[in-house]
Amino acid sequence: MMWNMVLRRIGVGIVLLWVVSVLIFALTQILPGDAAQIRLGQQATPESLAALRKDLGLDKPWYIQYVTWIGNLITGDLGISNAGGATISSLIGNRIGNTVFMTAIVTLIAVPLSVVLGLLAAMYPGRLLDRIITSGTLGLIAVPDFFVAIFLILFLAVQLGLVPAVSYLSGTESFWKSIYVLALPIGTLVIVVSAQMIRMTRAGILNVMSSPYIEMAILKGVPRKRIILRHALFNAIGPIVNVIALNLAYLVSGVVVIETIFAYPGLAKLMVDGVQTRDIPLVQACGMIFCSTYVVLILIADIASIMSNPRLRHPK
Amino acid sequence: MTDTSNEPANVLEVHDLMIEARPHGAPPIPIVKGVSFDVKPGQVVALIGESGSGKTTISLAALGYTKPGLHFSGGEVLLQGEDMELVSDERKRQLRGENVAYLAQSAAATFNPALKIGEQVTESAVLHGAMTQEAATQRAEELYRALELPDPDRIGGRYPHQVSGGQLQRLMAAMALVSRPSLLVLDEPTTALDVTTQIEVLKAFKKVIQEEGSAAIYVTHDLAVVAQIADHIVVLYGGKVMEQGSAEQIVTNPQHSYTKRLMAAVRPSPVAGLGDSMAGDHLRDVPALEVRDVTAGYGKGADGKPLITVLRDVNVTIERGHVVGIIGESGCGKSTLARVMAGLLPASEGEVLLDGHALPPSVKERKREDLQLVQFVFQMADTALNPKQRIGDIIGRPLQFYHNVHGRELREEVRRILDLVELPAVFADRFPAELSGGQKQRVNLARALAARPEVLLCDEVTSALDTIVGANVIELLKNLRDKTGVSFVFISHDLSTVASFADEVVVLYAGRVVEKGPVDQVLSPPFHPYTRLLIASVPELRVGWLEETMQTREALAGIARGVTLTDVGCPFFDRCPVAIEGTCDKLTPPTREDQSGHGHYIECHREVVELGGAGATAPA
Repeated sequence: MMWNMVLRRIGVGIVLLWVVSVLIFALTQILPGDAAQIRLGQQATPESLAALRKDLGLDKPWYIQYVTWIGNLITGDLGISNAGGATISSLIGNRIGNTVFMTAIVTLIAVPLSVVLGLLAAMYPGRLLDRIITSGTLGLIAVPDFFVAIFLILFLAVQLGLVPAVSYLSGTESFWKSIYVLALPIGTLVIVVSAQMIRMTRAGILNVMSSPYIEMAILKGVPRKRIILRHALFNAIGPIVNVIALNLAYLVSGVVVIETIFAYPGLAKLMVDGVQTRDIPLVQACGMIFCSTYVVLILIADIASIMSNPRLRHPK
Repeated sequence: MTDTSNEPANVLEVHDLMIEARPHGAPPIPIVKGVSFDVKPGQVVALIGESGSGKTTISLAALGYTKPGLHFSGGEVLLQGEDMELVSDERKRQLRGENVAYLAQSAAATFNPALKIGEQVTESAVLHGAMTQEAATQRAEELYRALELPDPDRIGGRYPHQVSGGQLQRLMAAMALVSRPSLLVLDEPTTALDVTTQIEVLKAFKKVIQEEGSAAIYVTHDLAVVAQIADHIVVLYGGKVMEQGSAEQIVTNPQHSYTKRLMAAVRPSPVAGLGDSMAGDHLRDVPALEVRDVTAGYGKGADGKPLITVLRDVNVTIERGHVVGIIGESGCGKSTLARVMAGLLPASEGEVLLDGHALPPSVKERKREDLQLVQFVFQMADTALNPKQRIGDIIGRPLQFYHNVHGRELREEVRRILDLVELPAVFADRFPAELSGGQKQRVNLARALAARPEVLLCDEVTSALDTIVGANVIELLKNLRDKTGVSFVFISHDLSTVASFADEVVVLYAGRVVEKGPVDQVLSPPFHPYTRLLIASVPELRVGWLEETMQTREALAGIARGVTLTDVGCPFFDRCPVAIEGTCDKLTPPTREDQSGHGHYIECHREVVELGGAGATAPA
């Protein structure tokens, strides 16, 4: 029963990835001008265009192009960048480490922090601590991320001079040195993603807190801390993992503004650069990576909520 | 109390208890208005009254607990001398679970779905330091045995969804009893159960209460249940005590007029001759609705058959203007049958005929006129009525949709329909939340009637209502039947209600029709053994009934067993006192008709004569 559902969910994930790949491919087909045109520029002669098209396989029907593209993608050959002619794998390879590093650090700080703060708020709803947490997070959700970033730069880097304002890594720094260099973007992202996760944790727990089995636990004389941690948390896990997954996906793909502000060479910035230079193969590759991240993270979240359901884990 | 006799001190003393609701920005509303009573050691005190009488609120006060929004406003609740209104939160936590324990109405909702049963049962005792985990687990297993739960060594390792409703209810009793509390608070612990399960749970409760010697408060609206278990009865109405006295005295010689009214609303035992059968009145050649050879279930298996078959070869005929009662325990397929009739669950085999023509199995394919003629009334009016729509709009919608009635005419018609269900016309402008449970159920009926149906499918429409309100709704249904000539399919697990209202009865067991016929024939011999068990399980309003019933052969054989769906033989085989080994478990029982000629059919391997009088022959 449960494994059926998990397998079905994985199947849906694969279908979804396929649909996404078709969409990404279709969008780049619809855009005016093709790779050959972009590479050779406006002044290219029809003959040289035709030669390059033949070379790139652009003269073949679209479905052949799609199959070639997806086949290469699956085997790890992401193609050649239109700008400069470097392989896209090497371009992405340079950046992906940076993105993964930052995402991992932010996740390790933000997820436990959010769950703990969310639980604290839910423990005593309406009390002072809860009000500070709920109004604080609401404020942070309302404020755009670049504002948080600029505020932190102004305050911590410019005024107090505690940390560097620009996050440039040469690749030779020690771990702690890297953390120090990245303190500001990490701080910004922790603040930005935690707000939602805290609120969702609190809401998820409070929703469960109104159920009869919680009232029963109160009437059994179970202390409030144990009620929340043992009785409520496990039943609220579904929505909490989902919002965590969404925020992690955002960390991989949606942090363009933050990367730009701190001049941090991550994947999101690479994609934006690709758009500016009309480097279609690069945009396609980044698009596929971002979409896959979303699909995989949401898939993990779904599987986690399926696994947390005792009805599915232990069928009759 | 200033009692100088040698009686042991009371476990609980409630003096002039007052509890009020404090809504935001409104004056407080008194809910409990000065209630006093005592509970002596080992005594079972019943709090009875209809919903809104404050009985649950009072019972929770014994644990020093008020529902959110309610507050203590006066009096005292002394649990072994400690005032539960005043003790510190820490002390209150200590007393809860250790000195006083609570059993809620719905065990299904009260058990945490994510935790194992054993942990939840022993949690309180271990947390309070009264026992080690091992001792508590051992004690829990003893209680499982005492409560006659199956597989006592291992049931603690299961999750709540893995055991049946009746078992959960008893497991909740174990949870309450683990740390040997001096006071048990039982809040309607059997109301949500089938009659056969109710007996079994009542018996188990009564036994452990006696063995453990703990005192108890038993909250219920069901006098017949109270008569079985209580020593002392407190009758409540509107947050005040109307009358209190020994169980014997209240049951046999009630003084207060309200108690008498409660007694009058107790449904009589289901015997023949209660109903005012209309058989023959509206008869025409073609029945209003006919279910022919229907097999249906859930899930899609191979070869188009359902994965879980709930109904098998069901044949039911609803004559025009008749009320057909469908009875059986939960899980026997009553609601599924109604859903097949309405097309909500397409039958996998067989057909549903309306006025003699076959309806498409699925509601999606049915024509608008077909939909209009078969209307569904759901059990929970609360969830069936859109809370954001006014009553007038709820009732008006089917009029617009099916009959294209608009404007002034629509308002007139809504008023007429409200009048039909005995509600004032001003209700058209109200929202469902402003109505009481009984009123909401009337609106629920009105909505269905507005479509001007030929057949009304009523699924447990009175089950969620308390005795007096439920009785009023039945009166209304009778009036509607007489006035409109609509046919009713009345689904209920409550035999007494069916007995007083139906013209014909269909008894379902494990998805099969085991007996059907005119109500008076079904409720008098010959009986299908299952029908006999059902009838015998309805509590009677007299002290000592429970003990007598538990001794009968039907009870010994049939109670405490679940419904099993079988492909071969008679599904009732394992609970039947007159089962024939080698026949009943192997062969599908034949359908027999009794001699009366009224169309009374019984599906059983036993001859009609054998099922006849009280002394059916013993199994070979």
